[in-house]
Amino acid sequence: MSSRFDPWCAVATVLAILALAFPVAGGEAPLLWWGAPAAAGGLAIFLLTVLHFAWRRPTGAGHNIILLAAVAVGCASALGLVHGGGAGGHTTFGFWLFVFGLWAATWRGLDGLAGVRSFDAGRQRLIDLSVPVLFGLWLVFLLEVGTVGFGVPQVLLPAPSMIGARLAGSLDILAADFQQTFLKAVLIGYAIGCGTGFMVAVLVDRVPFLQRGLLPLGNLVSALPIVGMAPIMVMWFGFDWPSKAAVVVIMTFFPMLVNTVTGLTAAGAMERELMRSYAAGYWQTLFKLRLPAALPFVFNALKINSTLALIGAIVAEFFGTPIVGMGFRISTEVGRMNVDMVWAEIVMAAIAGSAFYGVMALTERTFTFWHPSYRERR
Amino acid sequence: MTAVPVPPVSLATPAPAPESRRRVVDTRGLSLTFQTADGPVYALSDVDIAIEQGEFVSFIGPSGCGKTTLLRVIADLEQPTGGDIQVNGVSPREARLGRAYGYVFQAAGLYPWRTIERNVALPLEIMGVPATERRERVRQHLDLVGLGGFEKKFPWQLSGGMQQRASIARALCFDPELLLMDEPFGALDEIVRDHLNEQLLRLWDKTGKTVVFVTHSIPEAVFLSTKIVVMSPRPGKIIDVIPTDFDRDRTLDIRETPGFLEVAHRVRQGLRAGHSYDD
Repeated sequence: MSSRFDPWCAVATVLAILALAFPVAGGEAPLLWWGAPAAAGGLAIFLLTVLHFAWRRPTGAGHNIILLAAVAVGCASALGLVHGGGAGGHTTFGFWLFVFGLWAATWRGLDGLAGVRSFDAGRQRLIDLSVPVLFGLWLVFLLEVGTVGFGVPQVLLPAPSMIGARLAGSLDILAADFQQTFLKAVLIGYAIGCGTGFMVAVLVDRVPFLQRGLLPLGNLVSALPIVGMAPIMVMWFGFDWPSKAAVVVIMTFFPMLVNTVTGLTAAGAMERELMRSYAAGYWQTLFKLRLPAALPFVFNALKINSTLALIGAIVAEFFGTPIVGMGFRISTEVGRMNVDMVWAEIVMAAIAGSAFYGVMALTERTFTFWHPSYRERR
Repeated sequence: MTAVPVPPVSLATPAPAPESRRRVVDTRGLSLTFQTADGPVYALSDVDIAIEQGEFVSFIGPSGCGKTTLLRVIADLEQPTGGDIQVNGVSPREARLGRAYGYVFQAAGLYPWRTIERNVALPLEIMGVPATERRERVRQHLDLVGLGGFEKKFPWQLSGGMQQRASIARALCFDPELLLMDEPFGALDEIVRDHLNEQLLRLWDKTGKTVVFVTHSIPEAVFLSTKIVVMSPRPGKIIDVIPTDFDRDRTLDIRETPGFLEVAHRVRQGLRAGHSYDD
């Protein structure tokens, strides 16, 4: 057990002590720390913990978890102060010095946790997962104390708690929007766009003149602005989800086409000659060599398209839609100044988009485990 | 095709060959010229060579002497621009379509998404061999190259020497008559190379295949071959054909014997005569 000085915890200690010397909130009746005994208790627990770790740098998962737990207690008391603790809207030095102290300790704790190496794969996975989750929670905390502590008008930036409350309160609307935009327009458009892109790529690869003639034209179409295409698609396919799916098809087709065409050339000359030496036919070579070799490229397109598709569907809904859908909700609620609802939709879009991307990335890993970029993990 | 018993042209083979030995490779005046932007490159010029069943023939020469090109013409991976060539009595293309040869490249060229077992099974899958027989043949040939127990590994989990052994198993598993090897051990270190040379010799002895082997290592060529073809560059042509008569069960120890050194000396002389040592 080394007992080394730790600058991050030392900074946190100094900031927490300084925080005690200043009032928490200004305004007509300044709030001092002893006016908020519960918050002061949280501060004291945090202060003692960082003081301890300032002299004994936290090592291993256990110490860092204790440190982060103390940070959580500190965060809870800060939240208590701005919500109903009387500090909301007019926080001052005492409060912010405390938040900066929490920041320093979070930095140390997450840095320490990220460096932990465990031989137990499950444990390692848990640690690897906890770092981004905890860091995300920390950012949400900063946003919350920032918006509530400074009293930011909710039209400009609603507090995360408000967005959360709106999310929880309008699950039925959000579910309907999700179904309309994501489950219909995005998924169907994505499947058609990627599927045809892939099949046309195989065809283009087979026919040399298409490779010379169609690909430049394809680039032209892929450069078409989506805001120009969306109203035309609405005219062609009507107001409901098929026109949005059509926009998604246009957006996803060419990344898949171009990537697959490139991927089909990825198999090396020697591997092809090997197939030739076995007198393998076109389809045998395609299925046993060229498509497997093209998989990393195909998955690249699938990942790019997973986020493109969502953007396309949401933007397309700005140009005429039935009264349901994520894009429709965003454009109408922003007009009614219901910014918290807009943010709730944005949060849902972000979660759906990352989950979609994540599923694609995981699938990629199971299919292209052999690729040099994934090998060392096995 | 030609049943006329023409004696081998320009070959200094003393031919103690049993009368009924079949010609596996037979070329007459074979030449190949690549047209490039900088003018024609004469890769092969007037090459006459006959390789009989069961022989182990090495092509040796400096880079650019056309030894690999010659091997590729035999494999129908390159088209000659002049002369005649027959493989198994038919054109190289027909021989290829008849799966007459297994080709071992300089690198193993195993498919990284297939296990060793499935890599070796690849030609069998393409040729439509049923699964049970496939499994049996793969097991047999992995044992033959000493890779039993590595079936489920992926190529990138094995050393370079083991990968190359797997590629030899892959070339042999569909039982072609002819094994074409293009500097198969060129990328390996000397110790591994010696070891694999001995193993390859045992394999050749055991299977009775005809082997055509491209190398630029004199000891390798002398140790392995029953016949060494010395080639020279610009244009690629045959300088000398040297028969050897070492015991079939020789070991690496023969490399210190006078007989071995004599043959090596003759190879070196041939290379010198072909200006291989010129700057």
